[in-house]
Amino acid sequence: MYRILCGLMIALIAGLGWPQRSAAAPPQASQCAACHGANGMGNQAAGFPALAGLPAAYLQAQLAAFKSKERANATMAGMAAPLTGSEMAALSDYYAALPVAPAPLPAALPTGPGAALAQRGDWQAGLADGIPSCDSCHGPGGLGVGTQFPRLAGQPALYLAAQLNGWREGTRKTGPMGLMAAVARRLTPAQITAVTAYYAALPADPANGAKP
Amino acid sequence: MRSMKLNPRKAMALALLGAAWLVPPTGAAWAQTPAPATFSPPDEAAMPAGPFGDAVKLGENIFRNTPKYAPQFTGNTLSCDNCHMNGGRLANSSPMWAAYVAYPAYRSKNKKVNTFGQRLQGCFRFSENGKAPPLDSKVMVALESYSFWLSTNAPTGAKMAGRGYPKLAKPAEAPSYQRGQVVYAQNCSLCHGANGAGAAAHGAVVFPGVWGKDSYNWGAGMSAINNAADFIHANMPLGLAGTLSAQQAWDVAAYIDSQDRPQDPRFTGSVAATRAKFHNNAFSLYGTTVNGHVLGAAAQ
Ligand code: HEC
Ligand code: HEC
Repeated sequence: MYRILCGLMIALIAGLGWPQRSAAAPPQASQCAACHGANGMGNQAAGFPALAGLPAAYLQAQLAAFKSKERANATMAGMAAPLTGSEMAALSDYYAALPVAPAPLPAALPTGPGAALAQRGDWQAGLADGIPSCDSCHGPGGLGVGTQFPRLAGQPALYLAAQLNGWREGTRKTGPMGLMAAVARRLTPAQITAVTAYYAALPADPANGAKP
Repeated sequence: MRSMKLNPRKAMALALLGAAWLVPPTGAAWAQTPAPATFSPPDEAAMPAGPFGDAVKLGENIFRNTPKYAPQFTGNTLSCDNCHMNGGRLANSSPMWAAYVAYPAYRSKNKKVNTFGQRLQGCFRFSENGKAPPLDSKVMVALESYSFWLSTNAPTGAKMAGRGYPKLAKPAEAPSYQRGQVVYAQNCSLCHGANGAGAAAHGAVVFPGVWGKDSYNWGAGMSAINNAADFIHANMPLGLAGTLSAQQAWDVAAYIDSQDRPQDPRFTGSVAATRAKFHNNAFSLYGTTVNGHVLGAAAQ
């Protein structure tokens, strides 16, 4: 009995020390890690996005779009080309289950035009040409909603800006209902700079997430 | 919510009988082309300081997040902002600056001259499925202060361009549940969900429910398909407003307003009597039978 209890204690303590991972990493994950990090949290300076904790369905759709070149990106096209559907699913499940590394709240939450656009949108042009607030679909603090609206908080500004420009220019063709293409085309370059800097400065960890 | 089987003909036939739906299409989406709005409410940054400013700020908070800032009067998860977008500032999204200067006014809904405050009480009772805040309550004073401030320099009693939702012309074909269901699946369910319940994330409602227990009740303006069609055509899908045809807006309005939602608080004890008293028109599907199910009978 004593030994069982001891064993249980050790298991518990050991369990606390490790992030919970649902499954072993698929073999290809080591290649992903080169840019997206071993913990899946990306690389701010280089503009590689975090994958950890993003919805599996979203990640899988992106891999498929890279392969089909509907989302044009030379590096990712090369990475996705050899993957089968089930390999894409396994990688997506793996990254979706990786814990999001906690990040402290910035001393002062970002303010200014980026914050205003993210939280209030820009309706100067009226209803049909207005820009809804990003949070109205990506959720409070840009933490993501459901499987179709990914987290923006903590993603590199470079990466986010490249996506918005991709929708404007037609190199990223995917996404439900053409929503992002419609919205991105209404943004000015200055708005893109401001709003991407805003989300990059927010923590990706829901526990510390910025309050709406 | 039990799922509904498709049987649109019967439902619509019942509800729309006698309505002069089949007018020849005029080609125009609107009953009258809306005049461009010229009024702009003051900037957020110009909000005054001091006790009045505090009331204005509280009013804005209540408006944008009603369940959080006025929980005692709110019975669902909707905020005023969900239907009066951008904090009640947006022309053609029934902005508060156009409404504030239009009251007191006679309303056929309760057959009385209503002050602005009494108009807001109705919103809480029906759209918020809650309770009417007393006219001198903090919540009411705050919402009136906010609306008054938004209306700075608007002329009292003037017909403000941008008021309400632009009125759609009657559809070429009677609104159809069946076509509406297709419109909904293609243009709405991404955000509002296949079950109409909307979505929340990290403790906040992101996409409001369009039917079910957390949505507006059977007494709300939005439960009448003409109001819903006007709102939807001008405001939805969010980010793609203006992409639906008038017919699609009427059809999807009929679809969402053919679903279960909380009981009309004026319920007299019988659905038929409540329909006769408060819903006796072609725009309300309350008390009609959709897919063998009487709308309003399953009080949510
Ligand atoms: C991209 C997401 C999105 C899509 C697509 C969308 N909506 Fe909405 N809808 C919203 C949001 C967000 C609000 C609240 C707006 C606000 O608070 O500013 C809303 C509000 C509403 C409301 C008023 C509040 C309520 O819950 O009753 C109705 C009705 C509505 N939408 C119907 C529709 C219909 C019908 C469609 C399809 C034609 C549609 N929406 C498509 C996001 C969406
Ligand atoms: C479910 C959507 C919805 C919600 C939520 C909602 N409203 Fe409304 N509101 C409407 C509709 C639709 C109308 C117009 C139709 C009518 O007369 O009922 C309206 C009309 C009004 C009007 C009159 C406008 C005018 O020009 O005369 C005011 C004022 C108003 N609402 C304030 C509010 C406030 C304040 C809240 C929050 C406490 C609120 N509404 C919540 C849908 C909504």
